[in-house]
Amino acid sequence: MALLTIRNLKVTFATATGGFTAVDGIDVHVDRGEVLAIVGESGSGKSVSMLAVMGLLPDTASVTADEMTYDGRDILAMSSAERRRLIGREITMIFQEPIASLNPSFTVGFQIEEVLRLNLGLSRRAARDRALELFRAVGIPEPEVKIDAYPHQMSGGQCQRVMIAMAIASNPRLLIADEPTTALDVTIQKQILDLLMTLQEDYGMALILITHDMGVVAETADRVVVQYKGRKMEEADVLSLFEAPQHPYTRALLSALPEHATGDRLPTVSDYFQQEAAR
Amino acid sequence: MNGTTSAPVVEGRAIVQDYHVPGSMFARATNVRALKGIDFRVEKGRTLAIVGESGSGKSTLARIIALIDAPTEGELLIEGQPVDIRRKRPGPALRSKVQMVFQNPYGSLNPRQKVGDVLMEPLVINTDVPAAERRERAEAMLSKVGLQPEHFNRYPHMFSGGQRQRIAIARALMLNPSLLVLDEPVSALDLSVQAQVLNLLADLQDEFELTYVFVSHDLSVVRYIADEVMVISKGEAVEQGSREAVFANPSHPYTQSLFAATPVTDVEAIRARVARRRAARALQPA
Repeated sequence: MALLTIRNLKVTFATATGGFTAVDGIDVHVDRGEVLAIVGESGSGKSVSMLAVMGLLPDTASVTADEMTYDGRDILAMSSAERRRLIGREITMIFQEPIASLNPSFTVGFQIEEVLRLNLGLSRRAARDRALELFRAVGIPEPEVKIDAYPHQMSGGQCQRVMIAMAIASNPRLLIADEPTTALDVTIQKQILDLLMTLQEDYGMALILITHDMGVVAETADRVVVQYKGRKMEEADVLSLFEAPQHPYTRALLSALPEHATGDRLPTVSDYFQQEAAR
Repeated sequence: MNGTTSAPVVEGRAIVQDYHVPGSMFARATNVRALKGIDFRVEKGRTLAIVGESGSGKSTLARIIALIDAPTEGELLIEGQPVDIRRKRPGPALRSKVQMVFQNPYGSLNPRQKVGDVLMEPLVINTDVPAAERRERAEAMLSKVGLQPEHFNRYPHMFSGGQRQRIAIARALMLNPSLLVLDEPVSALDLSVQAQVLNLLADLQDEFELTYVFVSHDLSVVRYIADEVMVISKGEAVEQGSREAVFANPSHPYTQSLFAATPVTDVEAIRARVARRRAARALQPA
């Protein structure tokens, strides 16, 4: 039961020196209630493919795909009004920089209530109550006090909790998290990942986690897609990926983890490509 | 390297740092004690890793060791000599001994300065090396850190994050320092680039007998690079010891919580997690 299916997605950016293909024929699907991790380094196109789904790419990007469907509905053929009803309600997204994602001029309460009023049509009072409920659900301490705080008065971890509260406000069926813990400390990272996993299970949401961190993948994913330079290198369930990585690039990524260092030197991805070329 | 009897390259005795928070209409002025008496010593060719979370004071300590800030109390010794930058500004000789590499290579390089000028500037300021030799040394350093001589006339924006961090490392090495303070030098980099930069740091340490103070919050990186480890929490060194001792048997609860929060990429751990999840799903009505 695929919730989101993408086949042969291509994203090309028009630049001064001609087209640049950021995503080159990617297939992704995610089932209901599944946690999919998309792993890759900067420039692998991992964020761009999900921004294409959300319709958040700038005008210079051209998006083509053989298929892009959500729950059987064709996303590319939708009118923009229809798409707006889908994005932000059934599919929501959180980003890497929680503090930058929030507007510094408004209280966090105002910002989450705005989402609730516009997307769900709640009254002011109902929005306030629901916001408090969501703050409790994502584990913000003293929600009654924090709801009137401005983003700068909260820590990075707390801001990310606010973003998560906003993202789950409409009971989405798919949450896309783009590097949600990269800017955070390890102990806070652990808390946020635990929160995402708990919410994912409680709400039965599908979760797409975009990350470059193999540790995060190991702790969360059901299935993993490895991307490199806009192409899919490997797709496997999490256990097979770590147990027996098939693609040399995946093996390179795993062996570049400092905890897997055996000798004095860390193997790097370019070492692997040299080995491959020498064969 | 077995330098247990040699004098430490850097030593700190009861380092205290207070930050003064000025009062306002609503709040009384207060002092925040960011470091509460830290002792450490690092011997030549060794690496001390300072581990902690944001707000723990690890970067404050790094700035003191790099002679950027003066500690409120306590004594800092570089190669056995007491240094007090509040009383006497460090001269070229002292500046040449201690250099720093910052976390964000996008912020630490002047976007209007060509790479060659970035590398030659420390020589211009601190030495009277003639221009031709400055250029020669800068080009040699570029190839040392794995860049090309033709990169000399390029601007920082033309480089990737990993290359920029190489440039920052090259700049820090231009004065032949004995001590390099690295404040989260690989946190902003991709995994495979991180591996390359860590390899580079290890090579340079061997070649120049460098002493590193390496600030990080990433225990897997620390385990790879450190000889000695100091764990800081709320301005206090809660755990200090050799890498083997700290990793084999973390004694302080804070260190234990750091270990518990570090993601595990071990296959057995993943197998257990997948099984737990499957069991939890089987219980739920479809």
